Amino acid sequence: MKQILAITGMNIRTILQRSGASIVIIVGIAGSVAVMVSLLAMAEGLNKTISSTGQDDRALIFREGSNSELSSGIAMTDLAIIENTQGIKKSEDGPMIAAEIFTIIDVKKKGAADTSNLPLRGVQEMSFKIRPELKIIEGVNFFPGRGEVIVGKGAASEFEGLEIGKPIKIRDSEWTVVGIFSTGGDVHESEVWADLAVIQGAFRRGASASIAIVQMEKNASITDFAATLELDPRLNLKVQGEADFYLEQSSGASAVIQVFGYTVAIIMAIGAVFAALNTMYSAVSTRLVEIGTLRAVGFHGSSVLFALMIESMFLALLGGLLGAGLSYLIFNGYTVSTLASVSFTQTAFDFAVTGKIIGQGLILALIVGFLGGLLPARRAATQEITEALRSI
Amino acid sequence: MKYWMLISAALKRKQTRTVLTICSITVAFVLFGTLRSIAVAFTEDVDFSGDDRLVVMSKLSFIEPLPMAYHQRIQSVEGVDLVAHREWFGGTYIDVNNFFPKWPVNAEVWFDVYPEFIISEQEKRDFVNTRTGMVAGKAIAEKYNWKVGDKIPIMGDIWVKEDGSILWEFDLVGIFSQEEGSGVYGGDQQAFINHSYFEESRMWGKGTVGNYVVKVKNKEDNERIAKEIDKMFANSSDETKTSTEAAFSKMFAEQVGDIGLIMNSILAAVFFTMLLVTGNTMSQAVRERTPELAVFKTIGYSDSKILCLVLVEAMFMCFLGMAIGIAISFIVFLFLEEDLAAFIEGISFQPSVILWAFATALVMALIAGLPPALGAMRLKVVDALRKD
Repeated sequence: MKQILAITGMNIRTILQRSGASIVIIVGIAGSVAVMVSLLAMAEGLNKTISSTGQDDRALIFREGSNSELSSGIAMTDLAIIENTQGIKKSEDGPMIAAEIFTIIDVKKKGAADTSNLPLRGVQEMSFKIRPELKIIEGVNFFPGRGEVIVGKGAASEFEGLEIGKPIKIRDSEWTVVGIFSTGGDVHESEVWADLAVIQGAFRRGASASIAIVQMEKNASITDFAATLELDPRLNLKVQGEADFYLEQSSGASAVIQVFGYTVAIIMAIGAVFAALNTMYSAVSTRLVEIGTLRAVGFHGSSVLFALMIESMFLALLGGLLGAGLSYLIFNGYTVSTLASVSFTQTAFDFAVTGKIIGQGLILALIVGFLGGLLPARRAATQEITEALRSI
Repeated sequence: MKYWMLISAALKRKQTRTVLTICSITVAFVLFGTLRSIAVAFTEDVDFSGDDRLVVMSKLSFIEPLPMAYHQRIQSVEGVDLVAHREWFGGTYIDVNNFFPKWPVNAEVWFDVYPEFIISEQEKRDFVNTRTGMVAGKAIAEKYNWKVGDKIPIMGDIWVKEDGSILWEFDLVGIFSQEEGSGVYGGDQQAFINHSYFEESRMWGKGTVGNYVVKVKNKEDNERIAKEIDKMFANSSDETKTSTEAAFSKMFAEQVGDIGLIMNSILAAVFFTMLLVTGNTMSQAVRERTPELAVFKTIGYSDSKILCLVLVEAMFMCFLGMAIGIAISFIVFLFLEEDLAAFIEGISFQPSVILWAFATALVMALIAGLPPALGAMRLKVVDALRKD
């Protein structure tokens, strides 16, 4: 043990003198870790945005068989039946239930040649009471009955022309953006909201909506509420807790990015292993005499092996930290938007470089350092002493 | 060629190092071949006459339906061969996780518009004559163990029957496969449904379709036909957007994000890393040989010859690594192409990538090899020999 420490100390003190070769190992690993951390941070950010949406005490009502807001549809007449169900919270304006339309408009993303699917939500006044997290941060709310919209701040930053006072083309007519809202970083910030009745008219939806959202009474059980509605022979509905619904969606949304991130990182890591092997072989060969001398004065081969392994993994760790640090500095909090697989619409989100992801990056670095150090270190440890010394 | 011995001796001097360097360059070019191919597939402008099928969709968004009455009018455009239509059915087979696209289509012409799908004449006839008929791709049929004659229950998520029920039952009348390597949209991971039963049973949306697929007689006419179709419906309440099928299938992929930019950023990171690695190896290799190079100079090798020797050595490693790497990425695509086609049409190994790889390998060899080569060239014989 003492021997290992002694050699390691010496090795690490001399790393600076061999900076050229050491940089190869550090940079090689930093590159793969940076790519992996960045891509995983992207997947994580998307996940977080979707799964942080929704509250446990709110429920969404879909048509039976529907798995998304886009495919769902309910008749406004159903609402009258639903609102008398036990468990819905009452406010001074009546039961806290709102019908909403969820649909798509085609708008260009900033700098894009073609249009992307921007989600458009038609809401009722009660929608704002049910979602108190929505704050107008600029401008004013739309006026019911008018062709006015408010825009989530994620959508405003990603899409072209979503600024206060600017027109927005919806179906055949031009509406006006009158405000920008925030909902604390969840998916609704990627949406455009307008008055339900106006949207029903513009989209020829008649007296129908996509879903309904309900604020539950304190302590009321969503399971009981769901059972009551789903068993009602007059209705063909499905009820799901709002938080549940978004949690379910988040898992699938980022899988492709994650798989891609791991794949590219592993291929790059293989390249980094070759680079590390190169560095460590030359580190060993330039120090052949030193190592031979150490062995001649009684250091064990295994101490030499361990010390070299520690050196290689130490360099790898430096590389890992450099890569993760770079990716954190450049990408943490960086906003992009992508097509979320379940809703078929653009969702804006921030890259999230979390501790867990950095941990994975460092593990990758250590694996590369281990593999890159093993063979050269073994060669040094098993070299014939006489031969090593002869090369003087 | 007479210098080949010298170069090969230099490379063999430390064989492990040479092999390892070539290996790391190879890895870089495997990524280059693969990622560039994907990036090119996404960013390259679609050739308007590269496809003999056009897709007519609503100008408003992909979820807006088009009137079925458009069928005749599109058919009447000069140069149009066949018109097919399809609709997104969605729906769930037993469990939400069993996802595959299901399209109600006009069975009469569907397989003539898509000759890449292989299906027997008998099955084709059954598909047309069975109002509740469904034909499934081989991959789907195998996955769920379906046989011709089975009843396939699908729970509708968008579509409800007139009686308010969401349970649709279709009769499996055929199983189709896809022509090897055709990369046709959706491949054999989808199912088609006879439009008739769907149309008469659905509660809403009657008289509309999702989009039209138009087979043209002559690819060269694509642009004119597309313009003519869009013009015909301009200023109506259902305006259209006509593009080639390749462009249509790219529509979603493009929305995922600036994929070209992501791929290129990764490649920049890869090559910056590899440049340092190769550059370092080269300068180390030259440093170790300083006395030898000095001897060459003493016996009369010119400065430029020394420069070339070192540069060629760098190029040899870069080009060999590049060749192996690109070959591997080509093989990767051979295996993945069909799986990728299910997501997006047209992702395949791009031959143009080879040219770019050559250029990149050349630049890489120059950047990595030039500093040590120049150092070797400027070497003063006396100094160099003194080091010994």
